[in-house]
Amino acid sequence: MCGRASGRMQAEAMAEQLAPGTHVRVRDDYPPGHIRTPVYVRGKEGVVVRAFGSFPNPETLAIGRDGLPKKTLYEVRFKQKDLWSDYAGPEADCLDIDIYEHWLTKVQG
Amino acid sequence: MTEAHTHDHDHDAADHGHAHAPPAKDEKIHSYYQVLGLALKELLIEKGIVSADEIRKTIELRDSITPALGARIVARAWTDPAYKKRLLTNGSEAIHEFGLDMGALHLVVVENTPSTHNMIVCTLCSCYPRAVLGLPPSWYKSREYRSRAVREPRKVLEEFGTHLSRDVEVRVHDSTADIRYLVLPMRPKGTEKLSEDELAALVTRDCMIGTSVVRSL
Repeated sequence: MCGRASGRMQAEAMAEQLAPGTHVRVRDDYPPGHIRTPVYVRGKEGVVVRAFGSFPNPETLAIGRDGLPKKTLYEVRFKQKDLWSDYAGPEADCLDIDIYEHWLTKVQG
Repeated sequence: MTEAHTHDHDHDAADHGHAHAPPAKDEKIHSYYQVLGLALKELLIEKGIVSADEIRKTIELRDSITPALGARIVARAWTDPAYKKRLLTNGSEAIHEFGLDMGALHLVVVENTPSTHNMIVCTLCSCYPRAVLGLPPSWYKSREYRSRAVREPRKVLEEFGTHLSRDVEVRVHDSTADIRYLVLPMRPKGTEKLSEDELAALVTRDCMIGTSVVRSL
């Protein structure tokens, strides 16, 4: 299951680095296995803050593989109001979260 | 379990002389994962991959790291602008100056300002900057904190006694991958004459997780 999912992810993976400020959407997908993308951000739109470099893929590391190819890890910022429609705090409140490249799709800002 | 308890721990109330609840026994049923962990440890030792002394040393080292280390880093950043710059640019490198090392992980330091308050959580497990703060407090690992810190951070902050004005942006960092976060709190007013050591004494663990702010003297 995981092998098939990661094959599809690689097909979708973006070769280009996402520059800070790029608008992205987190894939709304629910593959089985060890996934480091929390459910509450899946399908949500945010903005890239920075790239942290590339790291072994935890999804394949978790099943005893080598985690290669490495995946670029991004810090992505979401408005709290975009995550929770009933968020009670101010408009500016936000959430930064670390997401691997194969979970991100570029969208129009 | 390695220690076989052959002697009797039970107290006889009649012999004991005064009335109180007997001390709780150490022995308990181990969970599946505890048994698995012990079995793995024993196998690694038997096969000579690690020694019991190396395991003990690692535990001792981990236990020796306390939030006081993180507080020294914060105080240095407050008093030395060049160090602050290095810390914010590359946290993993900057803590080498304190003899600390992140290993395979990266340390990212986020700075609180009059307009932005940072707060750290790991919704998936308990990722925490252990290399600079030691072991996380139990509330940090609780389901309640992990779920509420991202959902209603201001309410959580208030429960920690941290009241922020609505014009301060609350920025929650969900630490889900290879990065560990440390909050660089704001230096309180009225501390201009304090030494680095005196400043470090003001910085508590929760200020570096971002659930609290540093109070002035």
